[in-house]
Amino acid sequence: MSEKATRAAYGEALVELGQVNEKVVVLDADLAAATMTVTFKKAFPQRHYDMGIAEANMVNVAAGMSTMGLIPFCSTFAMFGAGRAYEQVRNSVAYPHLNVKLAMTHAGVSVGEDGASHQCIEDIALMRAIPGMTVICPADAKEARRAVFAAAEMEGPVYLRLARLATPVFEEEQPFEIGKANVLREGGDVAVFATGLMVSEALEAAKLLEAQGVRAAVINVHTIKPIDAACVTEYAKKCGRVVTVEEHSVIGGLGDAVADVLMGKVHCAFRKIGVQDRFGQSGKAKEVLREYGLTAPQIAESIKAVL
Amino acid sequence: MNTVELKNFCTEVRRDIINMTANAGSGHPGGSLSVVEMMSAIFCTQMRVDPKNPRDPDRDRFVLSKGHTAPCYYGVLSELGFFGKEEFTTFRQVHGMLQGHPDMKKIPGVDASTGSLGQGASIAVGMALGAKHLGKDTRVFTILGDGECQEGQVWEAFMAANHYKLDNLTVVVDNNGLQIDGSNDEVMSLGDMAAKLRAFGFHTVEVADGNDIESVLAALSEPTEPGKPKAILSHTVKGKGVSFMENQVGWHGKAPNEEQRSQALKELEG
Repeated sequence: MSEKATRAAYGEALVELGQVNEKVVVLDADLAAATMTVTFKKAFPQRHYDMGIAEANMVNVAAGMSTMGLIPFCSTFAMFGAGRAYEQVRNSVAYPHLNVKLAMTHAGVSVGEDGASHQCIEDIALMRAIPGMTVICPADAKEARRAVFAAAEMEGPVYLRLARLATPVFEEEQPFEIGKANVLREGGDVAVFATGLMVSEALEAAKLLEAQGVRAAVINVHTIKPIDAACVTEYAKKCGRVVTVEEHSVIGGLGDAVADVLMGKVHCAFRKIGVQDRFGQSGKAKEVLREYGLTAPQIAESIKAVL
Repeated sequence: MNTVELKNFCTEVRRDIINMTANAGSGHPGGSLSVVEMMSAIFCTQMRVDPKNPRDPDRDRFVLSKGHTAPCYYGVLSELGFFGKEEFTTFRQVHGMLQGHPDMKKIPGVDASTGSLGQGASIAVGMALGAKHLGKDTRVFTILGDGECQEGQVWEAFMAANHYKLDNLTVVVDNNGLQIDGSNDEVMSLGDMAAKLRAFGFHTVEVADGNDIESVLAALSEPTEPGKPKAILSHTVKGKGVSFMENQVGWHGKAPNEEQRSQALKELEG
């Protein structure tokens, strides 16, 4: 299986999108080489605006550009785009429901060596809390490409959560519809809802469990808001046991989004796998993921706890 | 509109501000009254807008960065015919069109939702940059408060305006010298604002009396240099036109009661 980062797919998809949609412009905050908007910059230098190390201004400039009929894709690291510029996103993009696409890279602890200051594990919680915001976290490079196109097609603000680390690209192309989760593996013992880079880990975990006689369904929840409540409810009822897996704090992320759907409606065992109310730290990405219990064998062990 | 008509327009807007805030028992009369001449002159003499077609894509744009002075904005828009004065009763009310701070989704003529200080200038930069990108001749105006310039984001916006040579952008700083906790100098000194604006690359015009309509018109009609955004540092009086509100910090965010409303309106009969 080949490996590719969702940020790399983002940069390439922007070029493809730029060729067919002349309204698309891209803004970055001195991180174009890291967010991969540099790919777009090379193809369309006149449509790429570097706003310098000034994320708050960048988000509002994107808001202003969108009111002129353009479709701005705005990129920096998730920590600064969703974190530092949170209030700009909330008040100047989401409140007037402007057509700004916030494509933030380097989300989660898989940032690796840069450490906690650059590993945003709260962005899903922050963005999900804002009325009218669409929150998408693609599982692989192919899905990231489709998410970019889907975000451009819809009217309104979108938060795209992208990763630095190169991760497996699924061989089969999955359908992609905003708000519609994809069931990647059927199973009746436990429903595993995963998002982003954790989807491939969850699939690996399900294979490990199968060898032990446990049949785990794996569902790719690429859209965290609006969440696919019908799918979540169906699989929770069917399996009676629910586990969520995300490379994000267990506070406010996918786990809570799934819990919000089920609470008081479906009786089931429930467990959230994610960063357990801690900050990240430096290290090789895969070692950091292991430190936080986010590798397939560890996920398999955690899933067994609800059986 | 000639100068006499413009002066009358400003008086009407001042009466609107008093009525709106008194009706609501809430709102920001002080900074609304200081900015009346500048906002009225921008809308009446500078901007290409059509109250009958408020979303015309070819219109000029206005961003009230100091969004709490919405009563002045609503007064100006209403006097121009964007909506009727009957809407004034909805100011700051549940289901009201006239929200406490400008809401572009609800109010005809409002180009940007503002209120959180420091963000409007950046939105205006985005509009001016977007216009340049699209090859449009749109002009963009924004008004900031002086206290608002304590927000760091304002200077990020100013940097970008200069970097992208936005000569289609006019930034006004309504320098009434007061903010909620006291004078600017007591709260957080702004220093030499004119020098700062020049240092950030603006073609800078200083207006000694920003409540004098002739001075305001002269500043607005002064052309900028090609490639340079324009800044107007307008020295004004907070609460201007209502004797008991002038230069009083306490009238930043307090509405007049009925007795005060009557007195204010009487003074504004001229």
